[in-house]
Amino acid sequence: MKKTICMIPLYVWTLVFILVPLAIVIYYAFISDPHGDASFSLDGFRDFFSNPVFAEVLLRSLKIAFISTLVCILLGYPAAYFLARSKSRFKFVVIILMLLPMWINFLIRTYSWLSLLEKTGLISTLLTYMGFGPVDFTGTEFAVILVSVYDFLPFMIMPIYITLLKLDQSHLDAAADLGANPAKVFFKITLPFSVPGILSGVAMVFVPSVTTFAISQTVGNGKFPLIGDLIQEQYMVVSNWQFGGAISIVTMAVVLLLMYFINRTDSDENGGGILQ
Amino acid sequence: MKKFFKSSYLVLIILFLYAPILVTAVYSFNSAKSRGVWEGFTFDWYKELLERDDIIEALSVTIVCALIAALVATIIGSMAAYGIGSKQKKGNSFILSLAYIPMLNADIVTGISLMLLFTIAGLELSFMTMVLSHITFCIPYVILSVLPKVRQLDWSLYDAARDLGCTPTRSFWKVIFPELLPGILTGFLLALTMSLDDFIISNFTTGSGANNLSTLIYTAKMGLKPEFRALSTVIFGIIFIILIIVNVVALKKQKNNKRGNEI
Repeated sequence: MKKTICMIPLYVWTLVFILVPLAIVIYYAFISDPHGDASFSLDGFRDFFSNPVFAEVLLRSLKIAFISTLVCILLGYPAAYFLARSKSRFKFVVIILMLLPMWINFLIRTYSWLSLLEKTGLISTLLTYMGFGPVDFTGTEFAVILVSVYDFLPFMIMPIYITLLKLDQSHLDAAADLGANPAKVFFKITLPFSVPGILSGVAMVFVPSVTTFAISQTVGNGKFPLIGDLIQEQYMVVSNWQFGGAISIVTMAVVLLLMYFINRTDSDENGGGILQ
Repeated sequence: MKKFFKSSYLVLIILFLYAPILVTAVYSFNSAKSRGVWEGFTFDWYKELLERDDIIEALSVTIVCALIAALVATIIGSMAAYGIGSKQKKGNSFILSLAYIPMLNADIVTGISLMLLFTIAGLELSFMTMVLSHITFCIPYVILSVLPKVRQLDWSLYDAARDLGCTPTRSFWKVIFPELLPGILTGFLLALTMSLDDFIISNFTTGSGANNLSTLIYTAKMGLKPEFRALSTVIFGIIFIILIIVNVVALKKQKNNKRGNEI
């Protein structure tokens, strides 16, 4: 009985602050002119699909997020692997060092990149000394991807690291005893074992990097509006709840669908790493 | 050789994670307004920072909001995890997937949906609405940390305590709670981290008069001003000092434990 009571605050909170707000977003996405006579309408969605510019923004967001996620896996996996296999006494310090930048706010970290990337920044200055002339990296897709990777990399490393910690050394020893070379041990045992961790990492990197805003506004000089910037603009600048809601719903549908297909390739026995 | 490669790889990743922060720190002592040219060493930007009351207020808003949000989220999340984990019921995985929505959903949608809720409910966007929003996205991280601990609980210990004459409440606090405590603390720390790191949800759910650091930097376009470098460096410094203290304390504890074991 008492255990049921324990869950009441969560029930209430979930209803009031998660379900009702989402219902409001969806409701207004289908309602024309919320201030006048509210009637059902699909205009928001029609506007989105009838103008190729918006599809282009969505595709660009997906592309940038896809590349960022891939780079995060390629950079983050070895780091997580080395950390998980390490017996060094500095291991704990390294893990804390990786999490620490998150205590320095996301926006501060993003803005800090300007010191390196802008025309008068460090990289450009060094390049000028070497005779390659000043180069302004801001306002390029490269900069947006670089900063996305930077912002979200710890979210990729940690779930993979936690999954790899659970890997039993005796399985690896057994495989080696049975004649598998190190590469085979890695691809046959370690990598499949870490798939749930990778999937958690993908969820934690891909979704925020599709829908982030501010990164493209700061280091991208606003030249590459992403879908998040578009949504923000609709709600905060033009106050169009219908169109904003339509973009949000389309984006969420695409992202959820992609995540669903990625997750389906996972075997059921391990489950999603996030949910463990 | 192999070990050297592994260590240098990790060092490179750490360098990557700190490069922009460190470069910004160096430039914070540069008297030139733009970053590229070095015109000499100065503390001017720090002096200017001290005179900005709005920044100091935003810093305290950030910290107070994170502490309240993490505390409330820890209480709600831990209670829920205890309820969900100690009973196998069909509805549990359903409520769990609903409760995890803010963690999996895009921050921008979470932020906007909460903004619409507050607007329709007639609440003015303020410090309070920001805290409520932070609690909302912190709860899943607490459940995530506490739930495994609940599932690992050995209920026979609880039964033993009851047999030995403890009341249910006393048995809970003496036997169950200490087992859950590491998970609860992890959850609190994770919630605190998420709240401190957040920009997107705060941006939508706070109003004028209640800026945290990130919304202040965003609305005042402060990221482009030289005081920003000083601010970034100060925050980095504070966090670094906290880290060193925590490490020293942990190290001392470890030594004491070892000594205890030897005896």
